Amino acid sequence: MESMIKFLWLIPASPLLAAGVCALLARRQRRLSAGLAIGAISISFVVSCAAFLTTLHGGRAIRNFRWFDYGTTSVQLGFVLDPLGAIMAVMVTGISLLIFIYSLGYMAKDENFTRFFCFLALFAAAMLGLILANSLLLFFICWELVGLASYLLIGFWFQKPSAAAAAKKAFIVTRIGDLGFLVGMLFLYASKGTLLFYDGGSGCLEGGFVASTLICLLIFCGAVGKSGQLPLHVWLPDAMEGPTPVSALIHAATMVAAGVFLIARVYPLMTPESLQVVTWVGALTAVFAASIAVAQNDIKRILAYSTVSQLGYMMMGLGVGGVSVGMFHLLTHAGFKALLFLGAGSVIHGCHKEQNIANMGGLRKRMPVTFATYAVGMMALCGVPLFSGFWSKDAILDAAHDWRISQVPFYFGLFGAFLTAFYMTRQMCAIFFGKPATGGAEHAHESPFVMTFPLMILAGVAAVAGFFGTPIWPWFQTYLSGRKAGFDWPIVLLSTALVIAAIVLSGWIYSRASRENDPLETAQPALFALLRRKFFVDELYDATIVRLTAAFAMFADWLDRVVLGGLVRAMCWLTLALGRLDRNVDESVVNGGFDVGTETVRGSGKWVSRWQNGQVQRYLRMIGLAFCGLLLLLLWGSR
Amino acid sequence: MTTPLAHYLILAALLFSIGLAGALTRRNAILVLLGIELMLNAANLNFIAFWRFGPHPEKLTGLMFVLFSIAIGAAEAAIGLALVIAIYRHRRTAQLDRLDSLKG
Repeated sequence: MESMIKFLWLIPASPLLAAGVCALLARRQRRLSAGLAIGAISISFVVSCAAFLTTLHGGRAIRNFRWFDYGTTSVQLGFVLDPLGAIMAVMVTGISLLIFIYSLGYMAKDENFTRFFCFLALFAAAMLGLILANSLLLFFICWELVGLASYLLIGFWFQKPSAAAAAKKAFIVTRIGDLGFLVGMLFLYASKGTLLFYDGGSGCLEGGFVASTLICLLIFCGAVGKSGQLPLHVWLPDAMEGPTPVSALIHAATMVAAGVFLIARVYPLMTPESLQVVTWVGALTAVFAASIAVAQNDIKRILAYSTVSQLGYMMMGLGVGGVSVGMFHLLTHAGFKALLFLGAGSVIHGCHKEQNIANMGGLRKRMPVTFATYAVGMMALCGVPLFSGFWSKDAILDAAHDWRISQVPFYFGLFGAFLTAFYMTRQMCAIFFGKPATGGAEHAHESPFVMTFPLMILAGVAAVAGFFGTPIWPWFQTYLSGRKAGFDWPIVLLSTALVIAAIVLSGWIYSRASRENDPLETAQPALFALLRRKFFVDELYDATIVRLTAAFAMFADWLDRVVLGGLVRAMCWLTLALGRLDRNVDESVVNGGFDVGTETVRGSGKWVSRWQNGQVQRYLRMIGLAFCGLLLLLLWGSR
Repeated sequence: MTTPLAHYLILAALLFSIGLAGALTRRNAILVLLGIELMLNAANLNFIAFWRFGPHPEKLTGLMFVLFSIAIGAAEAAIGLALVIAIYRHRRTAQLDRLDSLKG
């Protein structure tokens, strides 16, 4: 383990280097850039696996170094190798590797292929740096790099105005959370004096140091923004404007996982009060987003709201059960959500860029591999028994049931599970069953092997990943030395019954529904419209915060143009007037004086030069006259 | 009965003045050279006169001096005429008042 820490920097550095080199490559060097990015992430994957193997028996290795000094103190950064970071690194590198390979097929026709792989590698590098950071400062730096890379990738097709707007929205909304994070970090530094996580007993996660609730909540703000929790979830569905592999990367491995990972990392700091807030925010988000997903028609948007909802589950798990509960769901979710997104990408690719599920249908026969793997992902997400999502979701529900403060999050969780199964079944019915609704779906084709291969691997992961944390063999919980998963038959039966009921109900409704209008819409038009419009959150923000900001911006613009601009213009006029005055003085007084002086000199020179007229006889005459004058003078003087 | 020295000197002075006037007033370069020759000869006359009325008239020094002076005057006249011809060839004139390229 101590020997492994020396090579730990390779994990973030190799994709970072690949990103740097790709940025310098010409646009036509497609194979080289993709090869570089995939090779780099493979190296990271291998090193991560090696690091993971050394952490199997627990323990922790750190390696700190000085970044810079100021005064007598120095700012230290560092890397840490512990079970939490190691398993996360394996997950991120593994899923990134599969997504990179998938992108080869998905982006094959895009002319900015090189740029795409450059950004992907940067994204992965930033996330890996964040996972292995041993300092909240380094964590924050990588956190912001993740935000930057997500901005670049969401806006990858920046020619589309909606993509550019979505990228901007993602960047600004997460920035709001990051402001809280930054302030919390400063407060933490003020109260503890160091931002290192582990430093031989004096780090801020060691020695029983507990931060104030304010600091915890401020840091949680960052996680809320990054992980799309209420009320900052609005950017995540819009982030679907990016290419689908990017959506998969954002939703599974790199971006949104960062917020949950942040809370897991600083868990020793968290006060019970702040964990209550985490739980409530998570529980509310889980139900809120799941209910919106029921009424969406865009295949990727449904998955996006599903991600928001699952992130709520993770936060809830962290709040009620601790690190291992939340992280377990994070890891299983990463597997099956990557699978679902890549599957959705395959569907979109196969249907010629069609994203509306109302225009699909009957793809089961035409895309058999995509269908089979998507079904595995869907069952894992719904929590069908024995699939990975079942175990991790059950662990959260079990922990929520044991929570002493309130039972409400538990019921929220159950309701969310019901909704999840409902909307996923709705989606499956619309995409893969029934008759093709349009010509695009009619002529759909299976995706190339380079795209289906990652799907198959991820399907395997989604099916079996849960067995690492079952109540019978709680390896994962022991590994993270966290809460053992309980196994309450009533809870398990209840949640399973709810899931199966939701699947049956949804399947029964949607298998006979016409494609034009949703049965829910005919039954409950008002409620459906509310859900379809996402509870009007975007409209609310537009009407309040955005409008307020715009008004303030207009005021600032007015201030700038009228007051400050007026001042500047007044100064400008003053300067101009002074300049004119100066010019007049110069032209009349100074120039006049000089002109007179030079004219005099020139005139006298002209007058004198008349004497030198080239007439030798005149000279001689003068000499003669002068000689005569001299002679007379001498005669007069000698007398 | 001999002519006193003053008469010679007055003659020489007159000769010099005529030469000087010619050199200063004539426009033609050749006539200016003529004036200069007159002034030279006035000086030669003075040499002879001062020799004859000097302390050693028997030694022929003044005569020798004047002989050399006449030789030099001949050489000078030759150079002067050559210059005049050169100038004439170059400027197509020998009028001195037209030769004023050194004026300021």
